Amino acid sequence: MREGPRLRVSLWVYGALFLAALAVLPWIGAARLAPQAVAAHLGAVRTAEGLIFFHQRVPRVLLALLTGGALALTGAALQVLFRNPLAEPWTLGVSGGAAIGAFAAQAVPALDLAFGPLTATQALALAGAAGVMAMIYGFARRWGAVSAQTLLLAGVTISIVSGSLIMLMTYFVAPYRFVSFHRWMMGGLDVIGYRDVWTFLVPGLPGLAILGWLAREYNHLALGEDTALGHGVDVARVQRWTFLGAGLTTAACVTVAGPIGFVGMIVPHVVRRLSGFDNRRVLPGAFLLGGAVLALCDGVGRTVIAPTEIPVGAITAVLGGPVFLYILVRR
Amino acid sequence: MSEARLRLDGVGFAYTDGPWRLSVDGLAFGVERMVCIVGPNGSGKSTLLRLAAGILAPREGSVTLDGRPLAGLGRRAIARRLGFLPQETPALFDYSVEEVAGMGRYAHLRGAGVMTAADRRAVARALDAVDMTGLRERPLSHLSGGERRRALIASVLAQEPELLLLDEPTGALDMHHAAAVMRLLSDVGGSGPAVVLVTHDVNLAALFGDRLLLLAEGRVAADGAAADVVRPGIMRRAYGEDVLVRTHPESGGPLIVPRRRVPAGPEAAHA
Repeated sequence: MREGPRLRVSLWVYGALFLAALAVLPWIGAARLAPQAVAAHLGAVRTAEGLIFFHQRVPRVLLALLTGGALALTGAALQVLFRNPLAEPWTLGVSGGAAIGAFAAQAVPALDLAFGPLTATQALALAGAAGVMAMIYGFARRWGAVSAQTLLLAGVTISIVSGSLIMLMTYFVAPYRFVSFHRWMMGGLDVIGYRDVWTFLVPGLPGLAILGWLAREYNHLALGEDTALGHGVDVARVQRWTFLGAGLTTAACVTVAGPIGFVGMIVPHVVRRLSGFDNRRVLPGAFLLGGAVLALCDGVGRTVIAPTEIPVGAITAVLGGPVFLYILVRR
Repeated sequence: MSEARLRLDGVGFAYTDGPWRLSVDGLAFGVERMVCIVGPNGSGKSTLLRLAAGILAPREGSVTLDGRPLAGLGRRAIARRLGFLPQETPALFDYSVEEVAGMGRYAHLRGAGVMTAADRRAVARALDAVDMTGLRERPLSHLSGGERRRALIASVLAQEPELLLLDEPTGALDMHHAAAVMRLLSDVGGSGPAVVLVTHDVNLAALFGDRLLLLAEGRVAADGAAADVVRPGIMRRAYGEDVLVRTHPESGGPLIVPRRRVPAGPEAAHA
């Protein structure tokens, strides 16, 4: 019997990576920034380097860290809920649902409302995410456990259809905005200033808090619903709150960055392999590592063919797609 | 030690699909140290246990714990007094024995769920009781079937309930492993929680159970001491086939053995 010592990578390591990404990545980009010029911006003089650094690079890296972290943490929770190693907001179609909602708010001028950090885009993205969540939940209730393959097939289909639907609707509604919508649909993080960070945090923070609070319950669910019930876990309540929490985090991510796939699926597996299966470690670990990974992917995306930027979603899909296929085939 | 009295009164239950139905009335658990629920496949053993554990809600009638309906108690409040171990535990992740045993403390933890020294002692006692202390760091995938069962029993023992409900704790185990688990549970029943378990093995039930509850087609066919339940006529009616009843050479209790040939006759014809 194999009895090797299991790895126990500490959360501090992921935390260090997260902070390293925040410290290093803003210095990387199309324009080379001299540290002196950036530092000068903090004094009396406004410098162009300082503006780029503090108003473009830092919020963008921050948003990548938050989005990647939220996707990975949500993926870790959904993988337990659906007992499916390939589950995440994108493969379940939740991102697609949120994208349709967000698109509707952006494309129809009458719906383009905002009250500070609260926007109609968020609300409709949440409605779209909730719609898909409710659909999955309804199916699961009616037919017992939906088979893993059926669930994924349906989810990926929703994601693809929603993408095509948005493209199609763009031609009718606002063809001149095609390029910007296309970039958003591929998952992009071209933000300026901190408004999007707040836009993310309003639904994202409560969502993350809900899922994080349930980490211990997910350990019990991993042993099967009946065992969890026997231990005293209110399984139905955990399921309901997970749907709500995952809907909030997905809506937050899609609103600011479009549907980004595969980060949410792969990162939790990496953390489990490195740090064991206790979800009280896996969830925070996935948040920290997922953030660092997405920020790095975005860093690559905005430097390889600078000054042109590659949407980060295209990079995660190219890197993550093969891993998805590998897990799918190996099952 | 056990004070919990679990009662099922006028309980009726049916799954949505099909005509099958379970009806039991006036059943009480928590008096005897070990109750074994036996009966042929499809007789309702697991359903009865799941109703008793509050996992299933009865269509009619009531399941009460010391007079209070289970339906009105929260899962956590139930779990502090009733332990339940299902037949199958499909583990999604490869937890260690100690992690699994520790999960049994869930209902006792408050707030963020940090274990106190008392919780850790309960886990250590549970691991000791199932003789898994030496294997506590081993992941589930590296355990034999019997060891895995014992690890899961440790989790419900760490829960320190007053009454322990187990569905086929010896299922899929070799004869000697099954007997070891039964011996362990009867030791548990002597000092800790009273045990109610489902088993398809009438001989193990007769050997270890203080009381046997025989189910057939969703109804109680016999209920009492092994000597009163394991009788040729009762067994034939429940299982639809003649069996030979002998005496266990050590315990003096009943022991059943199947017949090699089904005897010709009106009784055997429909079997």
